[in-house]
Amino acid sequence: MRLELVRRPEPSRAMMALSPLLAVALTVVAGFVIFTLYGIDPFGALYVYFIEKLTAWWSIQDLVVKMTPLIMIAVGLALCYLSNVWNIGAEGQIALGAIAGSILPIFFPDWHGPIVIVLMLLMGILGGMLWASIPALLKIRFGTNEILTSLMLVYVAGFLLDWLARGPWRDPNGHNFPNSRPFGDGQLLPVIAGQHVTISIVFALVIAVAAWLVLRHTLTGFQIAVLGQAPRAGAFAGFSRNRGIMLAFMISGGLAGLAGICEVMGPLAQLRISVSPGYGFTAIIVAFLGRLNPLGIILAGFVLALSYLGGEGVQITYGVSDQIARVFQGLLLFFVLACDTFIFYRMRIVRPVPASATVPEVKHGNA
Amino acid sequence: MGMLELQGLILTIITAAMPLIYAALGELVAERSGVLNLGVEGMMAVGAAVGFIAGYATGVPAFGLLAAIVAGMAMASLFALLTLIFVANQVASGLALTLFGLGFSAMIGDKYVSVPGLGLSRIHIPGLSDIPFVGPIIFGEDPLVYLSIVLAIGVGWFLFRTRGGLIVRATGDNHTSAHALGYNVVRTRFLAVLFGGGCAGLAGGYLSIVYTPQWVPNMTAGRGWIALALVVFGTWLPFRVAVGAVLFGAISILQLSAQGHGIAIPPQFLAALPYLTTVVVLVVISRNRMLMRVNTPACLGQAFVPDR
Repeated sequence: MRLELVRRPEPSRAMMALSPLLAVALTVVAGFVIFTLYGIDPFGALYVYFIEKLTAWWSIQDLVVKMTPLIMIAVGLALCYLSNVWNIGAEGQIALGAIAGSILPIFFPDWHGPIVIVLMLLMGILGGMLWASIPALLKIRFGTNEILTSLMLVYVAGFLLDWLARGPWRDPNGHNFPNSRPFGDGQLLPVIAGQHVTISIVFALVIAVAAWLVLRHTLTGFQIAVLGQAPRAGAFAGFSRNRGIMLAFMISGGLAGLAGICEVMGPLAQLRISVSPGYGFTAIIVAFLGRLNPLGIILAGFVLALSYLGGEGVQITYGVSDQIARVFQGLLLFFVLACDTFIFYRMRIVRPVPASATVPEVKHGNA
Repeated sequence: MGMLELQGLILTIITAAMPLIYAALGELVAERSGVLNLGVEGMMAVGAAVGFIAGYATGVPAFGLLAAIVAGMAMASLFALLTLIFVANQVASGLALTLFGLGFSAMIGDKYVSVPGLGLSRIHIPGLSDIPFVGPIIFGEDPLVYLSIVLAIGVGWFLFRTRGGLIVRATGDNHTSAHALGYNVVRTRFLAVLFGGGCAGLAGGYLSIVYTPQWVPNMTAGRGWIALALVVFGTWLPFRVAVGAVLFGAISILQLSAQGHGIAIPPQFLAALPYLTTVVVLVVISRNRMLMRVNTPACLGQAFVPDR
């Protein structure tokens, strides 16, 4: 007996909706097994991981703060992956957004006000775009693999940020801590709820809805889908593949840059040697869990933000390494990808044919 | 620079190249069969963690290295299950493997940070290893250096001189035809991916048992990605890949020794050099589209579901 995939005549709508939920459920089951193996009460640990953080106002604020960059970045990445462009360097584009957006308050510490805030945001977007344009141009001009170049630039961006924060941009009055000077009022985003939920969550939600509208109702959205799914058809329709690559990188780079500067102008309130705990990579999972649909990404961003906080929770309560969050995130992506298979295929059980049932061999010669 | 210092430099460059050679040769075989496994970094990280723990538990480096290989293969089989059985997107699955592997290795290695590692003694042939300068370089390396040479030659011989290698390449170049000829595409790819995983695991084990020797989370530091770039740089040919690995070993060691000599460049710029070089090298090689077209496996990254 063996299992075999059979292509469905039409993609299953039910599985499209179910697959992310199934993946989350399987991750919870895997979590149950992992906690049991660690000798921890699995029910208690799962409660701490997935539910406790939803019961207190301060942790809900934390959740929103972590959701924000994940949603922004994942929306951009979804546009990339839909058009079959593989930007995996968002983590570097976040860093460049943070750096470019910090130029104004570092060189002109006295400037502040709404215009400065808007300029900082714009420069952050530009910084991310600039960094993303490198793999895009190399791909268009030389056919260089964008997966590898965008990933390599993550390390380069990391070193650049590290150098700036420890070196020329370090706060002269900062007791040698590797930070820039703290940014003040009129250089930070306004807080709209609680102590640290800034207006950036509104940006993230507006961006997701706008991206959904663009994908669904505009020619650009159609071009992205066609170039991704049927590049030859796209070429016949006169859509430029190179323009598609550039567009995907510009949007995703710009959004990652925006996420970076929003971190600096929000939770961090200064430039540091690291501005993101791997949001650029986690956003890849968010994009896939959201089925590359901007509205789905809002929900997926919530789930992945919860996975960060839950990791901290079980570390505090049970002393498990908080790296368990990354294990859950990786598992979640595995399960999403496996479940997505059943949108296009169904599993069939093939039983071995009994020997007696085989077609008798045709005998040759004299009968 | 004295002779002794130069000798030391060459020895370190060779050891620095080892993880790259192993990981890249393994990935080369997988890619020749048509599978792009972007999970090299994750398989290496798990190999490094499991290898370190097994070596620490038994006190025998060989056990650690063996465990690293098995761990790499286990990770690879996860990837193979996803991409070959569930025909999931190879790029996304590879990324998932890397994210999972980095997290998993950090989790299981949590208690082993700052525990001293084992190390692997270099061989010593009386007489030969004592020849001044060249003796230690040619006759005094650790056993895995010699194994890597055997592996590079072996992979080249297998791919281009044996029937099995021909099947692997046929599967990578045209899986529909290979299937029509009666070759089992999925099985061939599964084995090639497992081989790649074993090599990546060994590369990780080399890092934590021989090269550093200690366990630190994220100690692979992008070497898995550089190995992926090396396969492209070497245009899927084992000999070129090996040469590329030594070249990258040289760059990473030379920038370290430049930092040590207090050259007036910020250390971050020097540390970024191997990654920048990777980008430049990829651009230079992919500019030559003819060379790329001749050697790139035509079905690289494409899922295969047999027609019935």
